[in-house]
Amino acid sequence: MKITYREALRLGLREALARDERVFLMGEDVGRYGGTYAVSKGLLAEFGPERVRDAPLSELAFVGAGIGAALGGMRPIVEVMTVNFSLLPLDQIVNTAAILRHMSGGQFAVPLVIRMATGAGRQLAAQHSHSFEGWYAHIPGIKIAAPATIDDAHGMLGAALADGNPVLVFEYPALFETTGELSAEAIDIAHAKVRRQGTRVTLVAYGNCVPKALQAADRLAEEGINAEVVDLRVLRPLDMDTVLASVRKTRRAVVVDDGWRSGGLSAEIMARVMEQAFYDLDAPVARVCREEVPIPYARHLEEAALPQADKIVAAVKGLFQ
Amino acid sequence: MSTPIPPPPSGPVPYPPEKSIALLTDMLRIRRLEEKCAELYGAGKIRGFLHLYIGEEAVATGAMRALLPVDSVVATYREHGHALLKGVAMTRIMAEMFGKKEGCSRGRGGSMHLFDAATRFYGGNAIVGGGLPLAVGFGLAAKMRGEERVTACFFGDGAVAEGAFHESMNLAALWRLPVAFFCENNFYAMGTAIARYEAQTDLCAKAASYGMEAFPVDGMDVVAVHEGAKRAREHAMASGPVFVEFRTYRFRAHSMFDPDLYRDKSEIEQWKTRGPIHTFSARLKAQGDLTEERFLEIDAEVAGEVDAAVAFAEAGSWEPVEDLAKDVYAP
Ligand SMILES: Cc1ncc(C[n+]2csc(CCOP(=O)(O)OP(=O)(O)O)c2C)c(N)n1
Ligand SMILES: [Mg+2]
Repeated sequence: MKITYREALRLGLREALARDERVFLMGEDVGRYGGTYAVSKGLLAEFGPERVRDAPLSELAFVGAGIGAALGGMRPIVEVMTVNFSLLPLDQIVNTAAILRHMSGGQFAVPLVIRMATGAGRQLAAQHSHSFEGWYAHIPGIKIAAPATIDDAHGMLGAALADGNPVLVFEYPALFETTGELSAEAIDIAHAKVRRQGTRVTLVAYGNCVPKALQAADRLAEEGINAEVVDLRVLRPLDMDTVLASVRKTRRAVVVDDGWRSGGLSAEIMARVMEQAFYDLDAPVARVCREEVPIPYARHLEEAALPQADKIVAAVKGLFQ
Repeated sequence: MSTPIPPPPSGPVPYPPEKSIALLTDMLRIRRLEEKCAELYGAGKIRGFLHLYIGEEAVATGAMRALLPVDSVVATYREHGHALLKGVAMTRIMAEMFGKKEGCSRGRGGSMHLFDAATRFYGGNAIVGGGLPLAVGFGLAAKMRGEERVTACFFGDGAVAEGAFHESMNLAALWRLPVAFFCENNFYAMGTAIARYEAQTDLCAKAASYGMEAFPVDGMDVVAVHEGAKRAREHAMASGPVFVEFRTYRFRAHSMFDPDLYRDKSEIEQWKTRGPIHTFSARLKAQGDLTEERFLEIDAEVAGEVDAAVAFAEAGSWEPVEDLAKDVYAP
């Protein structure tokens, strides 16, 4: 069955709501409006306003309430409309959800899933174009899932709910219209995956940069460079085994990161490759990141500010000079 | 919507004809500018988010004419009209929406982020409630520096649910800052009607609970808005913060991405009978201050201004990619 990424997300939500009475969805405009990206469209009619709950513009309160409800025996899925607005409830995420289990001496796990849309590329300007999933990956105590495929868009939510601890699931509006077959494969939130086999360089990417890396790999293939593409899928904890196995095989790597470079996820991956596979490398690890600017509105400037296939191609070629 | 819809604004307009015509012209400038924007969005010239103010023009118009050039304005992403009437040239607003270098934010902000230092227009904030603390800070600076200026902060009803609203109300009241909080209550935050997200829908009661002067105004009546805003400015200057709830309505969808399926068409039609431009024109005509001919003349002049703005934007240039990191502090 061919479905869109958006439909896959919706199917995951529907199944989660149907499977467990304790699960409910809460967020701004998730009900009557049907979700700002139409992800939760139809769910209000199917599950009613108790379980598909429209919330006021009170991100700090309803994310915190999600934590409380989780502790109180429910299984909330909280939707923060976009990652940009998650800076308002950041305190509840970092200072409560991520910390509680450890700081209570293991007494309180927080079975909470927070979903949010992320990324740039639609000329929404600086305040609506952040990509903070790598930044959230800095925080111990939460898992970070970044579905880049139809199967992951569908299955990661269920895996996150089954985890029993706080999981942030990042959804990519840039991918919402992409279509694909839904497979019967079991989805975890533990492993990276090789999306394309290759021999001469490893492209490490996640989320909306996975298609860009695949596109770059196609172009590199035309020029005789056979690239392997690793989709991180989970940004915390990192599955370095998969990354390192690939890098040891290809002996070169380019990290593609939709976030900013300084202190970012790309830096972490490069450091770990350096720590664990330095002597397997034939070239320094390279990276393609978001330029270190707030994302501008004008299309040509926005395009220039974001990772693109041609920049990945250029970075790979740089490793062979 | 639970609140009953009042009858259309009516009655005599207590202004000299020149002033009334100026108010009418300003409302038309916003309306025609935005109708053109909607058209240009369809043509792909304007991209990203575009939030139209159509239906709500009386609020920015009546309020802005109560402010002085020394006053500061902080607004939201639905701010084309506010920027225009604070004095930002329509040409530079249109160029901004095209993403051109000649735009008031060099094409980097787009529709939601109009800025202009010269006219003290401080944006253009797309984080709901994000402008409120900023306005408190402008009030604080003015008070500490002994400057005679008011800061007008525009925000929607939805922002009232944010913590930033409540923290800002308290701070402004505690320190008696010269800030006018202008709430544009169009009864919806995106697709959610106010009664579905506010336990207390009397917004003035919230502001009053901070010990602040607060009153509601018919936001579809430019006269009521103007008088209310004048009163608010005087109050802010003399004795500290004030909250005004302008009850208004947006005739268009929340943004160009919104299919607008959450409200009855009949509700929109009923509010349209209260439309700020046609009701005000009718009142002026009734008292002999406006003829249909004069109206058409004004409308044609406004159309000329809009056409010139589009031509300016079309003729504009793209900021060179090499300048991408220009003005990034600590890149
Ligand atoms: C903090 C934050 N949360 C959510 C959003 C998404 N959003 C943009 S506008 C809007 C509705 C705001 O309604 P209101 O304040 O009444 O202003 P209106 O659009 O009606 O003028 C929402 C939910 C946002 N921009 N910022
Ligand atoms: Mg509103």
